[in-house]
Amino acid sequence: MPTQLVERARPGALRGVGGRGFGPSDGSALPSREPALVSNGLLGVAALLTAVIILFLALTSAYLYRRQEAGWSTLTVPAVLWFNTLVLLASSGTLEWGRRRIRLGDAAGLRRGVEATGGLGLVFVIGQIVAWRQLAAQGIFLTTNPHSSFFYVLTATHGLHMLGGLAALAIVTVRTWQGRYTAAHHGGIVNCAVYWHFLDLLWVYLFVLLFWA
Amino acid sequence: MDAVAVHEAGAAHETHAKETFFRHYIFSTDHKMIGKQYFLTTMFMALVGGGMAMLMRDHLAWPNNGVLTPEQYLQAVTMHGTIMIFFFLTVMLTGGFGNLLIPLMIGARDMAFPVLNMISYWTFVPGVITILASFFVPGGPAGNGWTAYAPLSAIPAAEGGAGLGQTLWLVALLFVVISSLFGSLNFLTTILNMRTRGLSMGRLPLTIWGIFITAVLALLSFPVLMAGLGLLLLDRVAGTSFFEPTNLLVGGQISTHAGGDALLWQHLFWFFGHPEVYILILTPMGIVSEIISTFSRKPIFGYKAMILSLSAIGFLSFLVWGHHMFVSGMHPLLGAAFMGSTIIIAVPSAIKTFNWCATLWGGRIHFTTAMLFAIGFVSVFVTGGLSGIFLAIAPVDIYLHDTYFVIAHFHFVMASASLFAILAGTYFWFPKFFGRLMNETLGKIHFALTFLGIYGTFYPMHFIGLHSNDRRLYDNAAYPFLAHTGPIDVFVSLSAFLLGAAQLIFLFNFFYSLKYGPVADTNPWRANSLDWQTPTPPPHGNWGDELPTVYRWPYDYSVPGAKDDYIPQTVQAAPVAAGAGGEA
Repeated sequence: MPTQLVERARPGALRGVGGRGFGPSDGSALPSREPALVSNGLLGVAALLTAVIILFLALTSAYLYRRQEAGWSTLTVPAVLWFNTLVLLASSGTLEWGRRRIRLGDAAGLRRGVEATGGLGLVFVIGQIVAWRQLAAQGIFLTTNPHSSFFYVLTATHGLHMLGGLAALAIVTVRTWQGRYTAAHHGGIVNCAVYWHFLDLLWVYLFVLLFWA
Repeated sequence: MDAVAVHEAGAAHETHAKETFFRHYIFSTDHKMIGKQYFLTTMFMALVGGGMAMLMRDHLAWPNNGVLTPEQYLQAVTMHGTIMIFFFLTVMLTGGFGNLLIPLMIGARDMAFPVLNMISYWTFVPGVITILASFFVPGGPAGNGWTAYAPLSAIPAAEGGAGLGQTLWLVALLFVVISSLFGSLNFLTTILNMRTRGLSMGRLPLTIWGIFITAVLALLSFPVLMAGLGLLLLDRVAGTSFFEPTNLLVGGQISTHAGGDALLWQHLFWFFGHPEVYILILTPMGIVSEIISTFSRKPIFGYKAMILSLSAIGFLSFLVWGHHMFVSGMHPLLGAAFMGSTIIIAVPSAIKTFNWCATLWGGRIHFTTAMLFAIGFVSVFVTGGLSGIFLAIAPVDIYLHDTYFVIAHFHFVMASASLFAILAGTYFWFPKFFGRLMNETLGKIHFALTFLGIYGTFYPMHFIGLHSNDRRLYDNAAYPFLAHTGPIDVFVSLSAFLLGAAQLIFLFNFFYSLKYGPVADTNPWRANSLDWQTPTPPPHGNWGDELPTVYRWPYDYSVPGAKDDYIPQTVQAAPVAAGAGGEA
């Protein structure tokens, strides 16, 4: 029996099926694959950051909830935290500078940027440990009072994410040394920078939340 | 140039097949192997969790047999819930079905991050080992219920099951949470970015939509549990006081903890916990839509309404956690708000149910085992959903809270429904995953016994619950007002044993068919979606040299005038018999 091709979306042909998907639905029309808006890597980082935001929102709500209880007292700010904050802000600046250099094709600039960022990031983590040591020297530990509990929990959780950021930075630094990034292809730098800037902002948020909010 | 690149990619995948034993079976990055690893691991955990349930039912029907001491009973309750929810249903649906199906149904060669996928499985395994190890520590496993309410779970001296076992419980759950988060971000990225040519979001199979929304829910809710678990762990091992109030009397002594609030744990837990039950049901809803449409030989009714109601349920799931806490000292106005948001969920749920029924309406229904389980899903979902309306009403819930009525409700609407969809999906996709068909006769016997077992076990629990039998009560005989429910408990237990025994038929069928089942062809069910258009079982890389192109949605069944009663997504235009499809 000879066959012919029919247009599927004839009016009334499938009455009562309750719809057939969004967009063009006749078999002949082929929506061309739209180029992905963002790369897999960046989308993955965005999803990861969403989870991290929710984690810190949950801890924030626990903090605000707990602060209502009687017997709340706030620690005095360890002075070294100011220094750490400046260091972390500077590290974001150097990474962003490096990213802009590689966009212009300046591989040496990128190298200086990521190396400086790595150094500053390490200084920040060490600075946080110094802050803990200073508090411990004053006899303020995890269990001393509710505020100290939250201070240690929030800084430690942020610190763990910093270690993850440093690991990512180590990878892109090695790749930078190998000369893998060009003006056209430096997605790894972008992903790393998004994560790093986020951790930077997160620290500023936690600093404000813990001592001034 | 493009064609060459595609060809090279295909060729590279061919060579991948020749891997060492370790790379292929243990530390595989192939989504199908990882999916099977998850599948078998969680099947094993289901046996452990099911075994706990059998012990509980044995004790409840014949309390004087001495099967379980009071501590052991509470531990069996806790581990049954924990293992079934976290180590079976959640991970089977995401890790098992998600991994196996996503790349096949969206026309990708693998997940977006194959190595992360492997890491995700190998983060889950330590969790499994930790939770199993907790059975063998002094004091036994956790005994505070799967919700681990503080302060009972926060103070090791509180009771038998609150020792090292509870700490291991927290650690095991942290592993599962991290593993699920890795999985979810992988799923999201893959579904958004790796769809093949022509496969817009509006042409995705509903199974993938279910997995997609599940991944969003997991990403937004699991971190909240993670925060709670971390704080509770610190309370236990470091002596902080996040969840213990001042002057708590434990074992006759005032606890050293001070200033915390046990209610905070409940908020953190249920803010995660309610989305979690939708994590367990949205993927099943998708699977069932797929199967009902295929075996009715009809397009799914209300495809757009299905997607919108999945999304609506996902959104609403974040606004209803308070309905678990009506008796926790909540302001009545707040209770009323949670009551309202909870009842609204009935609307998208009902839309889905009507759509499934409308899909069946007038279809040429093929009663395969997969179809029977899919229809069974609709049945148990409706039964459980209706008792949910009672429980959503705060004044009624205050009476029914923590009784067997609640047990009956969530075992129907969430546990059984999810289990039915998993079984339906297993019978449906077994030929694609493993290359052979399962035995249909054994399958139908399995269905009949499971269906009877589920209703026999859980339906009478409504009545026991209305008699105010508390869900964690060890010895019913101690209370005269529960004397009448004793015989019901015996009936429930016998049904539960029937249910348990029926699963042995499934296990036999599964492993027997794995080796001796009839070899399946590419598309044994004559289905449309992409997973059925690739060879069975799919090769490494799934698609040979060239990725498929999609021309239509996946539910073109019984299109008037078409030659066959199905038109796969890869077919551009339907060949018809001349004259049959003339212009109207």
